[in-house]
Amino acid sequence: MADSEDAKSGDERPKWDNKVQYLLTCIGFAVGLGNVWRFPYLCQVYGGGAFLIPYLIALVFEGLPLLYLELAIGQRLRLGSIGVWNSISPYLGGVGVASMIVSFLVAVYYNTILAWVLWYFFHSFQNPLPWSECPVNEDLTGYVQECLDSTPVNYFWYRQTLNVTPNIETNGSLQWWLVLCLITAWCIVYICFIRGIETIGKAVYVTATFPYLVLTIFLVRALTLPGATDGLIYLFTPDWNLLLNPRVWLDAATQIFFSLSLAFGGLIAFSSYNPQKNNCERDAVLVGCINSATSLYASISIFAILGFKATSNYNTCVQGNIIALTNGFDVADQNITVDNFDSWLDNLNKTDPAKVSYLNLTECNLQTFLDESASGTGLAFIVFTEAVISMPGSQVWAVLFFVMLFSLGLSSMFGNMEGVLAPLHDLNLVPKWMPKELFTGCIFVLSCLVSLIFTMDSGNYWLEIFNNYVGSVSLLIIAFFEIIGVVFFHGMGRFSDDIEFMTGRRPNLFWKACWMCISPLLLLVVFVAYIIVQVQTTPTYPTWNPDYVDFPVTDVQPYPTWVFVICVLLVAIPVGPIPIVALYRLINRKLRRTGRTDTSRTSNPYANEGFNMDT
Amino acid sequence: MWMKLLLIVALAGIYTQAKEDGRGQISGEVEEARWRVAESPDAFKVRLSLKSALGDEAYTWNENELYLFRAAMAYTMRQYYMAEKGQQVNFTSENIVTSEVTPRISFFFYVTNPDAAATITKAEVEAAIRLSRGRINSAFLLSDDTLEFVGLLATLSPPAEPTVEVWLIVFGVVIGFVVLVGVFLIVSGFRNRRKRKLKMDDDDDEGKAGEEIESGGVTNSGFEEEDDRRTQL
Repeated sequence: MADSEDAKSGDERPKWDNKVQYLLTCIGFAVGLGNVWRFPYLCQVYGGGAFLIPYLIALVFEGLPLLYLELAIGQRLRLGSIGVWNSISPYLGGVGVASMIVSFLVAVYYNTILAWVLWYFFHSFQNPLPWSECPVNEDLTGYVQECLDSTPVNYFWYRQTLNVTPNIETNGSLQWWLVLCLITAWCIVYICFIRGIETIGKAVYVTATFPYLVLTIFLVRALTLPGATDGLIYLFTPDWNLLLNPRVWLDAATQIFFSLSLAFGGLIAFSSYNPQKNNCERDAVLVGCINSATSLYASISIFAILGFKATSNYNTCVQGNIIALTNGFDVADQNITVDNFDSWLDNLNKTDPAKVSYLNLTECNLQTFLDESASGTGLAFIVFTEAVISMPGSQVWAVLFFVMLFSLGLSSMFGNMEGVLAPLHDLNLVPKWMPKELFTGCIFVLSCLVSLIFTMDSGNYWLEIFNNYVGSVSLLIIAFFEIIGVVFFHGMGRFSDDIEFMTGRRPNLFWKACWMCISPLLLLVVFVAYIIVQVQTTPTYPTWNPDYVDFPVTDVQPYPTWVFVICVLLVAIPVGPIPIVALYRLINRKLRRTGRTDTSRTSNPYANEGFNMDT
Repeated sequence: MWMKLLLIVALAGIYTQAKEDGRGQISGEVEEARWRVAESPDAFKVRLSLKSALGDEAYTWNENELYLFRAAMAYTMRQYYMAEKGQQVNFTSENIVTSEVTPRISFFFYVTNPDAAATITKAEVEAAIRLSRGRINSAFLLSDDTLEFVGLLATLSPPAEPTVEVWLIVFGVVIGFVVLVGVFLIVSGFRNRRKRKLKMDDDDDEGKAGEEIESGGVTNSGFEEEDDRRTQL
């Protein structure tokens, strides 16, 4: 019965070739760049092993229930996000529109990051790596001053890649090299999307599994390098006191939420291509747990490498001091080594302290180097690239790393764009004469044009704005309405019936308790706390300004008013449709009540319009 | 008699004085006091790092190595004068005045002109060293950073031009591959769709009621058509 229902529900809905494709796509969507460059940073900053506690609690009480809900509702109603929420209640139609807008805005800036990854990937085939040394200036008399003041890695990122302006108001022009990389990135995503999930399903076999392979290779390699264990110990040493800081719990909750890519509509779309009789409970638990396990595994690899980098930097620092002492006091070459450095220093300090202080030795502390943490693009393009230079065979490691980042981002892009395309298909906005490839192509061209904003000189600043404002508060609001919509509008009883139909048994007490009170409450608390934290700090952003007095320290500037207005708009525009559509439907209904027959809105396939009760 | 004694004492005094001045070498003219050489405005400080460069194969530094240095510097000056000024000025190892060598193996030196009683300016010595740096390095089996002339500005190697195009090559390969795959997928998609459409048209001709929902209308699932029970014509 269910199969023929599928066949009759309009255009045959595409379906997955097998369960593995579906699972890999969901895992690929959930596992993204954030698992590699956000979670390790949070772990390090919030007390290492201790952070796992709030993280796992958030996973169990917030992440898994929401994930299960989205997968179940998509699988049952077999529509994209707009169709699903329209079906549950017309007043909630705005939730679907909100998801679509957020997916679009996130896709636009996310692909720019992939363009940057491609740029670095293209440059990883050179010997020596271009970010390992400063370029020579025009008259060949010395190195470029900006590079000497900061580091070659920083220079390559800020000047040769981004060509960043000193502040967000100076726009600069489009960087042709970034435009090329951006077009390449969009083309790659497009060819995976050409035939919808038919091509995506094949692509994810590679994009979802390759990162794990690379992380393992990196882990094995890193463990053979000196200092890896220092990094791991540093990462995982628990600092239980930090658990008392509410900020830790807030960040754990937001991290789990954004990490699972909830409220984008992509997961709903993916599960809508499933046959109805599919155990979505097991899928949800599997995807959620694999996502968290990947975060943990990635942080082990990353911190092993970072430990090696800190040790290298520490050794370089000590060697610098050794050479200064050797030359300053004319001691025989290599008499002072790393081991006896301290005793030599003490001796020399006793005999000639004035000369020792004149030498201006730098204070070398391994802890300081380990503390040099970074998250986001800073980790990938500055810290990690610096680590790669010190590893023998740097080109291989650089290529592997950037291909891994690209596949992580690509599989997340699938979910983002699916969250845009599936609702458009369901809204029947596609004219019949237009083939699917052409329509997809048009949407991609539009997205590409919008994302050209980020290839301007000030593009990096705009990307940070999008990252902070689009992909945060709006998602919390959408998720809150999703849960309210299912629990109260659709009804818990009806939802339990749906789940029993799909999986064969009703949801147990744990899921019900989470859906009905724990998760909405958690979302509300996180939302309020997030707002409070944001309101307390004036929005500022770090700028790269070579003319700044303390350069290379970033010059922190406040956002100008017009930029701040845009930030507020970025939050308001996705969330706006929720009240707007609800009001619109309400007004429509009131108008219709004044005399016209109320045509049935239910999706009852057995309704025969010939027997209408109201006439 | 007492005159001889006086002479002997005086000579002894001069000898010890010269010894103190020279600090060890009887031929005090060539190797002067370290501070005296360093004071000269035209002096260069040289620093060798034998153990860093050669590890276990490092040779020990002795007087002969210093003599080799003086000879190498004399050669350098000769080559410089020949190349830049076209003159054959016969510098010898005695024109290179070196100071005492520290345990670090560093010392000062300056160059005197064999024809006139003047010191060669630092700038000229620097230019000379730049000209023959490679030869000096190889005489000692060292390199630019292990045989340091302190204060000498390093010449920077010009950037290798082809590096600009490497990334464009990789980009070209990737975009070419993407375009090929894209064209293939689009073309095969169209072909599949045309084949399917032809197949469906054939079926239509046989009289099967179209399953197309494009015709509009609302399906009532209560009246399902069992397609597979239909008899073929």
